[in-house]
Amino acid sequence: MIATHLPALQVVIPLLAAPICAMLRRGSHAWAWATVVSWTMPVIAVAILLQVLEGGTISYWIGSWEPPWGIEYRIDTANAFVLVLVSAIGAVVMPYARASLEREMPADRQVWYYTMYLLCLTGLLGMAATGDAFNVFVFMEIASLSSYVLIALGRDRRALVAAYQYLIVGTIGATFYVIGVGFLYVMTGTLNIADLAERLPLVENQRPVFVGLAFLTVGLSLKLALFPLHFWLPGAYAHAPSVATAFLAASATKVAIYLMLRFFFTVFGASYPLADLAIPALWIALSLAAIVLASITAIYENDVKRMLAFSSVAQIGYITLGIGLNSEAGLTGSIVHLFNHGLMKGALFLLVGGIAYSTGAVTVDRIAGLARRMPLTFAGLVIGGMSMVGVPGTVGFVSKWYLVLAAVERGWWWLAVLIVASSVLALVYMGRLVEAAYFRPAPASSAGDQEMPLSMLVPAWVLVGACVYFGLDTGLTAEVAAQAARGLLGTP
Amino acid sequence: MMHRETIPRVVTKLLFPFILLFALYVQFHGELGAGGGFQAGVIAAAAVILYGIIFGLSAAHRIAPPWLVEMLVPLGVLIYAGVGVVGLLLGGNYLDYFVLDPDPVHGQERGIFWVEIGVLVTVSSTMIAIYYAFAGRGR
Repeated sequence: MIATHLPALQVVIPLLAAPICAMLRRGSHAWAWATVVSWTMPVIAVAILLQVLEGGTISYWIGSWEPPWGIEYRIDTANAFVLVLVSAIGAVVMPYARASLEREMPADRQVWYYTMYLLCLTGLLGMAATGDAFNVFVFMEIASLSSYVLIALGRDRRALVAAYQYLIVGTIGATFYVIGVGFLYVMTGTLNIADLAERLPLVENQRPVFVGLAFLTVGLSLKLALFPLHFWLPGAYAHAPSVATAFLAASATKVAIYLMLRFFFTVFGASYPLADLAIPALWIALSLAAIVLASITAIYENDVKRMLAFSSVAQIGYITLGIGLNSEAGLTGSIVHLFNHGLMKGALFLLVGGIAYSTGAVTVDRIAGLARRMPLTFAGLVIGGMSMVGVPGTVGFVSKWYLVLAAVERGWWWLAVLIVASSVLALVYMGRLVEAAYFRPAPASSAGDQEMPLSMLVPAWVLVGACVYFGLDTGLTAEVAAQAARGLLGTP
Repeated sequence: MMHRETIPRVVTKLLFPFILLFALYVQFHGELGAGGGFQAGVIAAAAVILYGIIFGLSAAHRIAPPWLVEMLVPLGVLIYAGVGVVGLLLGGNYLDYFVLDPDPVHGQERGIFWVEIGVLVTVSSTMIAIYYAFAGRGR
């Protein structure tokens, strides 16, 4: 009986847990509660994924109102995969959160952090689960408003400025999204995503539909930080509490990318092949610009969190590149990199947060020689960095393999070469960290630095381990991603 | 603050119960005409805010203690989301109000009734909390 309600429970449990968390009023109680709740999430998500893999798309009618009138939760392989990623990251960061936050914020604020974290989780899972374009907007607002608070809770006042900048940009993004949905609603009279896909051919080639698509594209591009709309991201990631950065970097932009896929392929793809809209060419150009320019910026960045944030912009470039390639292999690369990048960026931000736990600010100069004092942290950083570069045996290799494959399939050898060559840029910025930590002498001032507590080290290493595990055993992620890609493209 | 102004103090005391009564009227009239939990919540909060403006923040804290207000904000959300769970427990889908009563239409009414109560609780306490946050600055 409970199995049929899993799509609703996935979203409702954290939603109900958030107000209860706010009532607990003590940091340690709120932490225990939020941890228990966030650990049920991947269990539900995996159960949903198994249901989808076995029985096909799940449709759940909220309030028992029949779609398209009522709100429908519609889960196929693509969003089930995203649910697994978001909920798994959400669960892994929770044990880490306690020690990290006790160092970074006063006790009375921790309750609010956990409450907002649960709301953010609700919003992200809701955006992924729902099959209603307006319901997406509602959850987008829940996720965004709570993530502004998460960022503003950072340890110094620059976090407020970063959160405010993100608030302005995020609001513009959400507004553009809802304007786009409004145009589609005017033309089709429906908000249900599956119904939209059916009705769009009836209003073919009318200008409001294209205006709607343009608003949707720009709005979601702001949310997913597509170059050149990424300017809010480095500040937000650099100044948020460490654990919030790891969570948001691994999940928030990924859900926005999923929505982009949903609108490009499920909603519009059926009636307007993307190639006819000149979207692929534009996306390939922007993605390449993101990969090259953001990576170069990362190379010159001295603050390690900002460096990783720019690296995120570059890695998002790889994901959108796959969308631009507009083929099964390209989409598989996109979706698998969406998952893989979540794992590796989550791992790297958790590790850097662990360094910040001991040193305060983390700059390239500050970590000089630290590898001897924090061997496990930096060993993880090396593996995560190798994954970022795309060394075989790590998840980064799997994603790039599919992207190269897709480029070759199109006969674009230059693109395949560029994808491989761009790895060198990642090698340079991750190499700077490794060089500083392993080969430079440690200044006397770092004598007191030591490894982060075990409660933080274990979650970080779980993600590092996942980077290697899913790099070697690609059966699970790549198979599911390929099935999700086929579902989005509508090919059997 | 107007501690020594007799007329505002007397008028506030006279109006206070009527403002609350009007809030309840707007709340329960919501399904028949203009009104509902949002409007009623603001009106109810206005009563406390007026009281605070006239008699001072500490007097407002006595009739609506800050800890209580902070508890009520999440409680309203909990009531709203909880109604959905009741639907789930009675064998329907989440937010299913049809199953709240043998007569489905009545079930919808019952569901909306409790949802509006949740909205009232959260909106009124949020308004008061915002007032407390602003009025309490620099104290």
